[in-house]
Amino acid sequence: MTFLELVRKNLFRKKLRTILTTVAIFIAFAIFGVLATFQNALNSGVDTAGADRLIVTNRINFTLPMPIAYVSRVGAVEGVKTVAHANWFGGYYQEPRNFLVALAIDPVTYLDIYPEYVLPKSQREAFLNESGSIIVGEALAKQYKWKVGDRIPVKSNIFRQRNGSDTWDFTLAGIMTPGAQGVDVNFVAFHYKYFAETRSFGGDTIGWLIVKTAGSKDNDRIARTVDAMFANSPFETETKTEQAFNKAFTEQLGDLGFIITAIVGAAFATILLIVGNTMMLTVRERTNEIAVLKTIGFTSRRIFQLVLGESMLLAMIGGLLGLVAAFLMSVVLQNVFAGRIGVMSFTPGTALIGLGLMASLGFLTGILPALRAMRLDIVTALGRK
Amino acid sequence: MSEALIVLKDIGKHYTRSKQTIRIFEHLDMIVPREDFVAIMGPSGSGKTTLLNLLGGIDRPSSGEIQFDGKRVDDLSESRLAAFRAGSIGFIFQFYNLMPMLTAAQNVELPLLLTKLGPKARRERVKTALEIVSLSDRARHRPSELSGGQQQRVAIARAIVSDPKLLLCDEPTGDLDRETAGEILSMLQTLNRDLGKTIVMVTHDPEAARFAKRTLHLDKGRFSEKDLSA
Repeated sequence: MTFLELVRKNLFRKKLRTILTTVAIFIAFAIFGVLATFQNALNSGVDTAGADRLIVTNRINFTLPMPIAYVSRVGAVEGVKTVAHANWFGGYYQEPRNFLVALAIDPVTYLDIYPEYVLPKSQREAFLNESGSIIVGEALAKQYKWKVGDRIPVKSNIFRQRNGSDTWDFTLAGIMTPGAQGVDVNFVAFHYKYFAETRSFGGDTIGWLIVKTAGSKDNDRIARTVDAMFANSPFETETKTEQAFNKAFTEQLGDLGFIITAIVGAAFATILLIVGNTMMLTVRERTNEIAVLKTIGFTSRRIFQLVLGESMLLAMIGGLLGLVAAFLMSVVLQNVFAGRIGVMSFTPGTALIGLGLMASLGFLTGILPALRAMRLDIVTALGRK
Repeated sequence: MSEALIVLKDIGKHYTRSKQTIRIFEHLDMIVPREDFVAIMGPSGSGKTTLLNLLGGIDRPSSGEIQFDGKRVDDLSESRLAAFRAGSIGFIFQFYNLMPMLTAAQNVELPLLLTKLGPKARRERVKTALEIVSLSDRARHRPSELSGGQQQRVAIARAIVSDPKLLLCDEPTGDLDRETAGEILSMLQTLNRDLGKTIVMVTHDPEAARFAKRTLHLDKGRFSEKDLSA
């Protein structure tokens, strides 16, 4: 028998109580893991945003259009390397519940500005050469069993074709994969030109510009120059770094970071009370045994380690099981939410925070009972006065 | 008789309860020679258990001095006192005080977790201790699967496994029937006679005291001696 085995045997002497407490910890950590995965998904756009990319939108609201002429005017600003543009399509596949992030883009400049959207060379060329083609993210292709060459009807809940149809038929030219951890390719993109020619309204307007600059040090100057260029025009602009734009976009949904922190905080506050109470009860029940251990030579320090070790082990078992469950759920949710939000990844950072929370939970719930056990007076505890 | 293992010099002990001072001992002296087997009897409240607490280093005197094997122990720090208890004293309680979630062998092994012995050496020691108390065949049983007498034998094995010089027994047969009590007391006699363990046993039972070499009567914090060894 080892000291750790003694800790483990103490922990599992009342199996039902330990199992119930473990389940409570498990649930708290599973909630934490899943919500952290959601937060990672929402932040993925912010985390992977290019430092040398700016987003130009309509100053009133980023959903309002701007003239396509802005592309060449912004491209002429000193320090601007490339300008791409994109339009929100409001797309879905077959049923409105099969929501798609669908963008009408300028293919050459867009793929040039976003090298992290990786396409095989032949598929890239096929996409660039065929105006009625579309590229999709790999998770969406897997979800809807799309293959290169398939005809994909994409419906819009905003636009209509000139013939009155709400459906655009595209040929799948390529399947995108992420070029780095956290890059979100859960979207579809097709040629703006083809879209503009067939849509019934909107004319030569675009949704937003993506500007690649010579370097992040030029960002502020270029942003000021662009916005000044269109000041007092019918389509004033607002230029932000891509990171700031993505962050603002995410915050449209509310302060999710705060909401997630509040939920996890409430779960942990509850679990802290439950486990803390259980540990106090456990030590109180074992007063006599702790006194016996001290009598046969266990030092106060050893007793402290024994009790604290128990609460740490309890938190680790429940916490690790919870994190494993959250990891498995993130894999499932990744497929369920493909195309709706960013990359739902259970990151090493989430695992590290989880481990920190486990250590904190174990320490906070064990410290008072451990101190109480450590200070236990043998004579009083054994009723030997 | 051989040289002293324990010497109590001018011991005073008092407790304060509800602002009242309760004096247990005043100017108490006691010598326990090596390989002695002494029974301590006396009415309730006479200080028997307090005396055992002082001898075992789980309580400290209010005044006076306690020496064990020629060294003063009452002024040791808490951690040194714990080490002293672990290495020099084996405790046997009336209600056995075994850990319910551990097997007999694991209960016996507990004091050895405090030593530097490796797993193999610990297993050997446990095996020997259980053989001494004739419980080798019950090594994997938990306390709830053992009779009272068997549990007390496990407690004795736990007390002797680290080979202490002194065994302190607090009413070791108080919870046992007459026949089982006789077996336990015979076992203590054997440990004293054959292994040279010094034993101090507190008991209310005159029959149990007969197994000791001598009996000390404690009353109102003072001794009177009746030697049964002759």
